[in-house]
Amino acid sequence: MPFSFHIASALVLRYIYLYTRNPVRFVELIFWPLVDLLMWGFLTIYLQKQGSGHFAGAITYLIGGMILWDVLFRSQQGVAISFLEDVWTRNLLNVFVAPVRTIEYVAATCVVGVLRVLVTLIVLTVVAALAYQFHLTDLGLGLLPFLGNLMVFGWFLGMISTALIMRWGQAAESLAWAVPFFIQPLAAVFYPVSVLPSWLQPIAMALPCTPVFEGMRTVLAGQPVPWGNVQSAVVLNLIWGAIAGLFFAANLRYVRKTGLLVKVATQ
Amino acid sequence: MLDATPILEADQLVKTFGDSTALDGLSFKVGTGESLGLLGVNGAGKTTAMNLLLGLTTPTSGSIRIFGKDFWKHRIEILKQVNFSSAYTSLPSNLLVWQNLNVFARLYGVPRPKQKIDELLELLEITHLRKSVTGKLSAGESTRVNLVKALLNEPRLLLLDEPTASLDPDIADRVRKLLRKLQLEKGLSILYTSHNMRDIEEVCDRLIFLHGGKVLAEGTPGEVHERFHRSSLEDLFIGVARGEIAAIGLEKIN
Repeated sequence: MPFSFHIASALVLRYIYLYTRNPVRFVELIFWPLVDLLMWGFLTIYLQKQGSGHFAGAITYLIGGMILWDVLFRSQQGVAISFLEDVWTRNLLNVFVAPVRTIEYVAATCVVGVLRVLVTLIVLTVVAALAYQFHLTDLGLGLLPFLGNLMVFGWFLGMISTALIMRWGQAAESLAWAVPFFIQPLAAVFYPVSVLPSWLQPIAMALPCTPVFEGMRTVLAGQPVPWGNVQSAVVLNLIWGAIAGLFFAANLRYVRKTGLLVKVATQ
Repeated sequence: MLDATPILEADQLVKTFGDSTALDGLSFKVGTGESLGLLGVNGAGKTTAMNLLLGLTTPTSGSIRIFGKDFWKHRIEILKQVNFSSAYTSLPSNLLVWQNLNVFARLYGVPRPKQKIDELLELLEITHLRKSVTGKLSAGESTRVNLVKALLNEPRLLLLDEPTASLDPDIADRVRKLLRKLQLEKGLSILYTSHNMRDIEEVCDRLIFLHGGKVLAEGTPGEVHERFHRSSLEDLFIGVARGEIAAIGLEKIN
């Protein structure tokens, strides 16, 4: 499939202009994750004190889960919010009538997702180390494939969110924030999959992020990186990637056929 | 500059949305260096036609050929040589004018973006707006910045959707003159939709009067209103809008 890096980088440049022209966007990237980190951090300190040692590993599990969840969430936001930026600024038509292939547009939003993740991750890692002596790097070699899989799954959720917003219009724009939280209870972010009712466990294990969070807890418990979990995440991501790609393409065809694309762009 | 070689050929375009037919077999051609106006009351099918030609909507049936090539088979290749400006779209408001133009220059693969941007800003007499925040521009300034964006890739075909809407008469007049100048000097082909009869009369060599998704009349602005024994295009427009003309008009054409 033809792909122009030139076009994708021009789109990324536009998002960089958008972020650097508006400092409030940086606050959004840092403020909410920090609030989450502080809240979960203090809660786990409190639990540790109350439980007199029963919750020894809790602080690392919860903060680790929170930081890794934010990687997935920011990556999804990079894709979905970038699309909404074009809708909000009534610029979507200008982009869609330019010689931009869908894959170049989606790739640019994924790069924005990576940039958003980097900013948030750096801030959270530093604050977690200073405030709670939680070192993300303790995850060792497993950290990179864990982060990579979460980021990629975030892109796919972003594509699904964008496809739904295209189809249902701006009234559905809250999906840009809500979609990741639909899966959060099943994703084993803060607790193991075994806690879920047995009938929900296979559904949870069909999400690429679940083996990542399970693997994170294994490593934080002092055991070696469970590469089997990494493998499962990669395979599941390939399946989810195909589903998200087909879903996005089918919706784009549908909104072009029904005129909804123009409606969303000019609302 | 006018050349009979068609740069755009729409053949039997039909677009239905559920039970409603927005375009019913629209066929027309735009020659090289020609300016064609699409005129019609609200709901006549102008914007639907424009959206089909830009690939924003897919036709129910019919075909579009631009530069002699099938639009949907060569979409990206064709869009590199086409551009668009509309009163109903805008560039991201919190970016500076040059930032917006720089992004679009790169999207269209303009070789020396900075030089091209400066050249066009000068042509449209808005060099002073280079570092302005796009969202703080007046309607007239914004229209001219949108036109700079639309000219960045030196398009062979320019599609304009009511470009003078919301402009005061002075600025609208300047924009019309500029478009005419570009068309004559650069051999630019233009497809123009408007509710403004003056725009159509001044900018377009030929017009298509759409009504109910069909061609009601086609010809030079003078020919079209004379055919219906109306004193002006505006008079014809009002007649169509009030239902006085549609029946006679279609009968005459048939």
